[in-house]
Amino acid sequence: MSESDYPKIPQRPSRDETASTLLSELVAHLREHRTDLRQEWAQRITKARLLTAMTEEEVFTEATAVYDQYVEALETGTFEALQAYARNLSERIIPRGVETDEVVGIVLLLRDVLARSLFAKYQHDFAKLNRILDAYEPAANRIANTVAVGFVQERERIIREQQEAIRELSTPVLQVRERLLILPIIGAIDPHRARQLTEQLLHGIRATRGKVVVIDLTGVAAVDSSIANHLVQTVEASRLLGATVIVTGLSPAIAQTLVNIGVDLGKMNTVGDLQGGIEQAERLLGYKVVQFVHDETPPAAPE
Amino acid sequence: MAVPILKQGDVLIASIQSALTDVDLVELRDALVEKVSNYRTRGVIVDVTALDVVDSFASRTLRDLAHMIRLRGAKMVIVGFQPDVAFAMVQLGLTLEDISTALDLEEGLAFLGTQH
Repeated sequence: MSESDYPKIPQRPSRDETASTLLSELVAHLREHRTDLRQEWAQRITKARLLTAMTEEEVFTEATAVYDQYVEALETGTFEALQAYARNLSERIIPRGVETDEVVGIVLLLRDVLARSLFAKYQHDFAKLNRILDAYEPAANRIANTVAVGFVQERERIIREQQEAIRELSTPVLQVRERLLILPIIGAIDPHRARQLTEQLLHGIRATRGKVVVIDLTGVAAVDSSIANHLVQTVEASRLLGATVIVTGLSPAIAQTLVNIGVDLGKMNTVGDLQGGIEQAERLLGYKVVQFVHDETPPAAPE
Repeated sequence: MAVPILKQGDVLIASIQSALTDVDLVELRDALVEKVSNYRTRGVIVDVTALDVVDSFASRTLRDLAHMIRLRGAKMVIVGFQPDVAFAMVQLGLTLEDISTALDLEEGLAFLGTQH
């Protein structure tokens, strides 16, 4: 009878079969079967329709790198290299449209592929399998966690950068005539943007000696009541600086919000659209705009 | 500390140089009202460029001043609010809505020039 015919008697772990020895054994197994396991994993990724934004070659290349990093992390018990790799990978794949669930999905698939491989290897020694899994589980969990968190952190970093870029684009105070300023606002206004807007406007009034300001809200669909209140305060503060404010382009939603917060609309100077607002501003400043009849040559612009 | 009050034709200009205590504010108010009576003044400019803070007492005193001057048939205009001060004031609800304001001295004089 060969050795495998006798059922193995569960033995108490010998003294040198510590967690690290088990891990080493595990890592050796994973390295030995690297090609097959990696292949199986790549196939399961495709079957689960994950990473569809990438080509098969790309998936294979990344799978190789991740596999090796995974085994490396298991072996060394340190996760810095893996974390750095995860962030690097995220930086590359996020612009390609890869989602969080895909990244978490592929890591969990790898975990499954490797676990099943362990089950297959140690199926005749249930006690040893248990001990191997005891060594494998925490490390595998930590790896899945590290990769997912790395991915999410990278996403958050990108979002913050984009928000900052949007804010910088956001609130120009434009001088269109002597003493006439326009503040066209486009998009959503959050508290930070509202504060920035007010600061730029008030300093702009001082710097250009603005007498009339047209604040155009055509590009703003709605605001909540605290932002609406902030806008009203901005108008009042501008008045303290001696400027008249004309608000244009109020959407029905914003008009409703202003009414709800109890703004005395008699005190607010509003005009339907930007064109009307500029025309009124010009009148207030004493400008008159004259259109030449078509066969007259308009005078040349001043040098 | 007394605030210097200059006379330019029929306009008085009070130029606040530094932070004012409550007592200083009341003295300024009284000094201006007296001078308006003595000089047949048409307009008063209060320049608050140097003020970092305008609290509710200052705000109330300025409003009282404006009303008292109006009772004497003159107009008052406040000039020189700093952007941060202006916004802090409106957040506290000190909007000074019935008082004329202008950007600076030049604008203030131009405003009074049109008010006959």
